[in-house]
Amino acid sequence: MTEALDIAARLREVGYIADENLAIALRFSIDLGRPLLLEGEAGVGKTEVARALAEVLETRLIRLQCYEGLDANNAIYEWNYQRQLLAIKASEREETSASAVESRIFSEDYLLKRPLLEAISQTQAPVLLIDEIDRADEEFEAYLLEILSDFQITVPELGTISAVSIPHVVLTSNGTRELSDALRRRCLYTYVEFPSLERELEILISRVPGIEYALAEQIARFVQGLRQEDLEKVPGIAETLDWAAALVGMDLAGLDHDVERIRASMICLLKTAADQKAVTAEVVGRLVGKAA
Amino acid sequence: MTATSPTLVEAMPVGARLTGFIDHLRMNQFKIGPSETRDVVRHLATTPVATLGDARRELKILLSSGHEDWQRFDDLFEAYWIAKGRRREFVHKDGPRDSRSHVSGHAVWREHFDAGPESADQPGVEQPGDTEIDGDAPGRLIASDQTVRMRTDLRHFTDPREIAEAEQLAYRLTRAMRYRLSRRYRRATGGTRIDLRRTIRANLSHGGDPLTLVRKAKPDRPVRITVLLDVSGSMKAYSRFFLQFVKGMVCHWIDTDAYLFHTKLMRVTDVVRERDALKAMTNLSLMADGFGGGTKLGASLARFNTDYAKRTLNSRSVVIILSDGYDTGPAATLARELAQLKRRAPRLIWLNPLLGWRHYQPVTAAMEAALPYIDHFAAANTLESLAAIEHDLARL
Repeated sequence: MTEALDIAARLREVGYIADENLAIALRFSIDLGRPLLLEGEAGVGKTEVARALAEVLETRLIRLQCYEGLDANNAIYEWNYQRQLLAIKASEREETSASAVESRIFSEDYLLKRPLLEAISQTQAPVLLIDEIDRADEEFEAYLLEILSDFQITVPELGTISAVSIPHVVLTSNGTRELSDALRRRCLYTYVEFPSLERELEILISRVPGIEYALAEQIARFVQGLRQEDLEKVPGIAETLDWAAALVGMDLAGLDHDVERIRASMICLLKTAADQKAVTAEVVGRLVGKAA
Repeated sequence: MTATSPTLVEAMPVGARLTGFIDHLRMNQFKIGPSETRDVVRHLATTPVATLGDARRELKILLSSGHEDWQRFDDLFEAYWIAKGRRREFVHKDGPRDSRSHVSGHAVWREHFDAGPESADQPGVEQPGDTEIDGDAPGRLIASDQTVRMRTDLRHFTDPREIAEAEQLAYRLTRAMRYRLSRRYRRATGGTRIDLRRTIRANLSHGGDPLTLVRKAKPDRPVRITVLLDVSGSMKAYSRFFLQFVKGMVCHWIDTDAYLFHTKLMRVTDVVRERDALKAMTNLSLMADGFGGGTKLGASLARFNTDYAKRTLNSRSVVIILSDGYDTGPAATLARELAQLKRRAPRLIWLNPLLGWRHYQPVTAAMEAALPYIDHFAAANTLESLAAIEHDLARL
């Protein structure tokens, strides 16, 4: 258990307040060398985990943002065709044999490393963040399986490239599509919840410079209350931080002063028109009353 | 590990209990392979566990693989490791250990296999007033007295001929809805057209001579079907073939999601997909806690909207609601939730068994509120009437 606490403490030093589940999951992921799959609502800090982990381990963060249509060329490797063509043109004047040219242009110098290949060819194990894996196509998930279980990539012209070091892999998903069981089986799974009141308060204090404790507490309570409302898009931690920064900028000492101004500043929290309409001045007043 | 909790059975070695626990999770649709088991054992061998809470958390991370697993894990853990309330008498406890993975060897199951409908009051099923959590049962968690009564009913539904018929029908309907034309082309081996852009890109390495051709085709985009089946009291007479119908859809169509609702809503896709029909129906009956009660259409849809809609619905979704529209909740809630649902699902079909009656008018407040959102409103009181909508579905 000491190690888990240790990771939580070290994450805290770099400004990431992890809950207990997440700290244990990160420790397991590092100990067992297994990828960690994080699911949860948008804005609970899934992507941020990878950034903080890279900082804690003092290593590089390599990020692969997934999108529909992402293919091997963009994710794993690609030959640098332009350079290869130039090299061939240049070698036409010299008296080099065809096979020598061939072996030169199919060497690693002409290989463009995309994030996945880049991640396994680092001497110091980096943190590899595969963000929003649910947006990528199912075929791409299949590519990932080889990399995630064996940490090797096969390039037909070069052979198989094995990992120099095994990266710490973090996958995130927003649940817009069910992931395949094969992928899930290779990963450790953690569902990241919205933070508890205490955790959110701690996050506010560590991340918003110059915030008063009393204000931070009110903000945390208010946002916790707001999450209970019937909203289309529930505000995440990033929204809370934005809002707190806005309130600090507005020089408000507490939430219970000016409901109209607070409501105006809530554009930081409410991101759809329907939500902005649903949260009326009365609702704000009620939430402020509870928070104060 | 033995020191984790006073309620653990000291006499049993942890290893055997652990495999029992993993078995118990597998019975509850956890997907756990040998490598996970190995990780768990390796982990427990190397790390001393401080408290029960820690042990639970660690096992949760090592063994769950999805949000549903994640949510259910705590209950399953408690049911297995902590004997809360009355310890249930277990008949086969001293039998061979490996018999527990065999389904018919379970007390929970045996009763469905051996005994007739009158066995509902046999021991091994909780009586009212008991806590539902038991000490060592690797089976399902909840079997309240309510479900026991219904189980006999549900088992009627497994007449093989009827099943085959309902499944056939479901298959025909899903096939009728199958294709949706797509305007966009996707890369496809053996496609009808040449993808010029990708061909040029792919042949850069040949100096621009198109040696390898990349083809494209309009992809086959199967519709995604979501069925919401009302199993409340008023629908009792019809649930029989609707359940079969739903099972047929789920088994024949990969992209199907099935839910049952009465006052609550629950996802039953995985249960229904079970190959063994008898087992599937037994599982369903165990899940249909409160089966035959009132209906809260609005609240059930609200739960679907908040918990499942985002994940399951896309622009190719067809939502089928099988309900008579008798709702105990306010009609306004239903209208609001349907509007919300309609925003995500392009097509909404409501099959109402009452519509098959002569002179029936959809006059319940709920039905009236729902009508504006429905794309196709059809009768479904017999298998024949279900078959009749095949034609209409093909046009949607």
